[in-house]
Amino acid sequence: MSGSNDPGSTCSETTLTVNGKPHTLLVDHRRVLLDVLREDLELWGARKGCDHGQCGACTVLVDGRRVNSCLLLAVALDGSEVRTVEGLAGDGEDLHPLQQAFLDRDAFQCGYCTPGQLCSALGMLDEAAAGHPSRVTTDVPAGRPVPLDRDEIRERLSGNLCRCGAYPRIVDAVEDVIP
Amino acid sequence: MKTFDYVRAASPEEAAELFAARPGARYLGGGTNLVDLMKLGVEQPDALVDVSRLPLDEVEELPDGSLRVGATVRNSDLAAHPAVRERYPVLSQALLAGASGQLRNAATTGGNLLQRTRCPYFQDISKPCNKRAPGSGCGAREGVHRDHAVLGHSPHCIATHPSDMAVALAALDARVELYGTEGARSVPVADFVRLPGEHPERDTEIAPGELVTGVLLPAAGAGLPSAYRKARDRASYAFALASVAVVLRVTDGVVDQAGIAFGALAHRPWRARRAEQALLGAAPTQAAFEHAVDLELSAAEPLRDNAYKVPLARSLAVDVLTRLARAAGA
Ligand SMILES: Cc1cc2nc3c(=O)[nH]c(=O)nc-3n(C[C@H](O)[C@H](O)[C@H](O)COP(=O)(O)OP(=O)(O)OC[C@H]3O[C@@H](n4cnc5c(N)ncnc54)[C@H](O)[C@@H]3O)c2cc1C
Ligand code: SF4
Ligand code: FES
Ligand code: FES
Repeated sequence: MSGSNDPGSTCSETTLTVNGKPHTLLVDHRRVLLDVLREDLELWGARKGCDHGQCGACTVLVDGRRVNSCLLLAVALDGSEVRTVEGLAGDGEDLHPLQQAFLDRDAFQCGYCTPGQLCSALGMLDEAAAGHPSRVTTDVPAGRPVPLDRDEIRERLSGNLCRCGAYPRIVDAVEDVIP
Repeated sequence: MKTFDYVRAASPEEAAELFAARPGARYLGGGTNLVDLMKLGVEQPDALVDVSRLPLDEVEELPDGSLRVGATVRNSDLAAHPAVRERYPVLSQALLAGASGQLRNAATTGGNLLQRTRCPYFQDISKPCNKRAPGSGCGAREGVHRDHAVLGHSPHCIATHPSDMAVALAALDARVELYGTEGARSVPVADFVRLPGEHPERDTEIAPGELVTGVLLPAAGAGLPSAYRKARDRASYAFALASVAVVLRVTDGVVDQAGIAFGALAHRPWRARRAEQALLGAAPTQAAFEHAVDLELSAAEPLRDNAYKVPLARSLAVDVLTRLARAAGA
């Protein structure tokens, strides 16, 4: 067993490695990862759109997988590696190739959804490479990488809403970085 | 949100003990439904027993040809599993038709099965709802109920079960494996999820403190032609208005095995036993499919604003049956 030993406790010490940096925090059990990132660690990239799993603006990578940080209790993630949009670029000035593609393709208007779109697209590229099918995948044998055409990209990014409707250019940008 | 205790269990036995020692506890899977409902004030647990890291994250092929799926296998991993894709395509398709990539990465098999209804009155604590607050009335019956049940509802509740996965499991004759302080048992998915009757507050047959440890997919459905089709308000990332899962075997020009289940029509995945009976021994023609599906749906009792679901479900089912029969070379 781990967590609180005394029933009735409301906070637990929780260690999260965020963008390569370990943080040990006393976390109120009620706090979701999104709030810890934005309020405790001052990483404002992940956005609070709906706070209910309905928009994808809060998408980050936990242990390499894309997830909605608004629905994950931080305490339950003790020991996890978290990557946010702030951790995509390297140490130098260079943007991540996907970030550069979003700039080159003008894949945003207001930019509110962009951090979530970027993290979601990165997670999605790994899923396809690992052979994860989507609703529109046909004729790809189990376990083989799934080639990504525009329909695949659109379906796989359907968990990220864009109120500005930048979708066609988001697909263009993602197509640019497909290996 | 009120404060709560949090503990993480290392084994099913420990989970059941931790739960039993904490009045007002809930199990926590991926949290994608429970945390949402806690934010809305619909769920107000005093303690969470985290079962998301239990060593139940394997998909295991058993010697008799069946497949056991652990309760903490994530929806995305289950949909991608080669044995599921090759032997139970209907299950992979149903999972991939639900939610989003992000949500499926977090959602567990156990949590998916036990997710609560998306009825807007259930989710709004200022409204009457017999499921959330027994005896307070059903806000949906005379209110907004376009998404609600057309089969098996009661005067007390007209909600639907929101899971796509469960519809495929019902068609496949899958069983839910349960563990509690009283021991282990297993129940067919199609009976595990209840009809509302006079007790809509009880979604399933699970006992308080019982843990879902896994789901068993029987060998009988393995490798048969099967498919899932879902109708919704937008192309992706939305709950079903109606859906259907079908497993079909055609031998020597006649149907000799059929598993048909409807989603979003009832408080449980609706196993279409009358339609299945009508098809057994029949030639797999469009007319036979239409006849069988109509027999099943003749039991429908639509409400003021959801009669559209009956013809919608009919065309989904006839389409999937016809396609599968064609694929089977009939
Ligand atoms: C925006 C949005 C869209 C969605 N769209 C769809 C959709 O189209 N189709 C669909 O099918 N689903 C959809 N979902 C629902 C999603 O599939 C569920 O939220 C998810 O499957 C629940 O799994 P979980 O592990 O996160 O459960 P949790 O939220 O952790 O738990 C759900 C319930 O199960 C209990 N529980 C969890 N694990 C166990 C266990 N092992 N034993 C006993 N009890 C347990 C919990 O106590 C809780 O009551 C959507 C959700 C969101 C937020
Ligand atoms: S349909 Fe069921 S869940 Fe919805 S308001 Fe009525 S009782 Fe509550
Ligand atoms: S803020 Fe998390 S999905 Fe909208
Ligand atoms: S760019 Fe404005 S919401 Fe997507």
